[in-house]
Amino acid sequence: MHRKTLTELQAGLARGDYSARELAEHFIKRIQSLDPELNSFISITAEQALAQADAADAARARGEAGPLNGLPIAHKDIFCTRGVRTSCGSRMLDNFNAPYDATVVEKLQAGGAVVLGKTNMDEFAMGSSNETSYYGPVKNPWDLTRVPGGSSGGSAAAVAARLVPAATGTDTGGSIRQPAALTGITGLKPTYGRVSRWGMIAFASSLDQAGPMATSAADCALLLSAMAGHDPRDSTCVDRPVDNYSADLDKPLTGLRIGLPKEFFPATLDGRIADSTHAALRELEKQGATLVDISLPSVDLSVPAYYVIAPAEASSNLSRFDGVRYGYRCNDPQDLEDMFKRSRSEGFGAEVKRRILVGTYALSHGYYDAYYLKAQKVRRLISDDFVRAFEQVDVIMGPTSPELAFGLGAKSDDPVTMYMADVFTIAVNLAGLPALSMPAGVIDGLPVGVQVIGNYFREGQILNVAHRFQQATDWHQQQPAFGGDA
Amino acid sequence: MALDPQALARVAHLARLHLDPTDSAALTDRLNSILDMVNQLQDANVGDVAPMAHPMDVAQTLRADVVTEGDIRAIVQPLAPATEDGCYLVPRVIE
Repeated sequence: MHRKTLTELQAGLARGDYSARELAEHFIKRIQSLDPELNSFISITAEQALAQADAADAARARGEAGPLNGLPIAHKDIFCTRGVRTSCGSRMLDNFNAPYDATVVEKLQAGGAVVLGKTNMDEFAMGSSNETSYYGPVKNPWDLTRVPGGSSGGSAAAVAARLVPAATGTDTGGSIRQPAALTGITGLKPTYGRVSRWGMIAFASSLDQAGPMATSAADCALLLSAMAGHDPRDSTCVDRPVDNYSADLDKPLTGLRIGLPKEFFPATLDGRIADSTHAALRELEKQGATLVDISLPSVDLSVPAYYVIAPAEASSNLSRFDGVRYGYRCNDPQDLEDMFKRSRSEGFGAEVKRRILVGTYALSHGYYDAYYLKAQKVRRLISDDFVRAFEQVDVIMGPTSPELAFGLGAKSDDPVTMYMADVFTIAVNLAGLPALSMPAGVIDGLPVGVQVIGNYFREGQILNVAHRFQQATDWHQQQPAFGGDA
Repeated sequence: MALDPQALARVAHLARLHLDPTDSAALTDRLNSILDMVNQLQDANVGDVAPMAHPMDVAQTLRADVVTEGDIRAIVQPLAPATEDGCYLVPRVIE
């Protein structure tokens, strides 16, 4: 059962090949036997999952099955889940049982999904390797000595190892797409504002967006249709009808114009990754797409602009963690200030503290114009580059990650090298565009991902491109040896 | 623009973070390597372009001015490290 896609499981449930309870039991057993090696879950919610599965079976018997009825999923531990620990990968929230459900959690539950647990992640979603988690690093199922990428690395590793057919993720600078690329799955970051951020613990509020991670574009379409939509509780969530993302998956690609920015194919790019990307482009050409050389001249400044804007917003968002109303509090504080400072210093890990410090510095008196305002102006230039490009082309493509999954610990001592892991994904968040990563090769036993960027609210179009590619190739069906058929 | 340990101490105070003095030099180096990378921005020719705070150039929507949440103290207060009689407890502020 774990070899099947969400879409196949949906059909199997409808036919009565198995019940939601049988599915949930199967995947929970896999998680319990295999995850100790991967560390992709922070919490397993077996009891609640079986109750949800029984409710799904009962709903089906009554003829009331929702679109996701009985389908097992997992949530990144950044989404609040009522009564279940919501840690955000941090010691700060290790004792935090959320008092409410995030909108994304509510919507997927309303569709009938069964939640098996909460996945591991970089602390407060700050990282590209899943090594900053308080709960320890996640291993890549393709090679247990390597990272799965981050920050949604737990979701990516769990889906890649078929411990769960699909999971939610969040993407602030590449945190869905980069781990999807490094683990050989499909992951989509929607247009900013397409999915509600309510109940999703904030990192950088003008960049954060939730999206689906699964083994195929069709599965991502199914999940996104349930996740997207207006939410009055998030004022940045756009009030605009939600497309049926599954409807246009098969549309022929004839006449599709694919932009190839020269900045996404630098001379320093790993030649094997460039080859896989070009092979994917040739397949799309075969299906009637045309390739157009373009330039996004300002995207080379994406990483520096992001590492001002994201830490600045994070320093403000994370100021709420003060040890008073919830979360970690230090022992025996001497006075109020000591309590704030030691609770925060003991509750946050090294990378989170570095980003809070950079953000505080960038916003502090005398530096605001030089850093924050400048970064916001560069953000506009980057965004304008995309607007101009989309006058010429329908989608923009390139590699998702400049490298294959790297070794655990390889970059832990060098934050700036680590930040470069997101060099091709960050600009998309700054502009607020939708983009996905799809598997497009395996090199030396490690998957390669290709990124498809769409115009605002054209999630349907990038899913169409990925689905057509996946109908003609089998890279998305390649699985790591890990987990086998247990 | 580079941080020295004194500037770092000032920023850490603003962020309400306690720094271990023995880590201060190593942390200063790492933060400066980040600031070096970020300083590429200084060469960007931004002209009079308008700063972009947000991807969607839309006005904040307003909702009706009515109470939407009732009394949730019984739900949220058990999450606190220390409470008494419905109040949050913190170290004494006024001697």
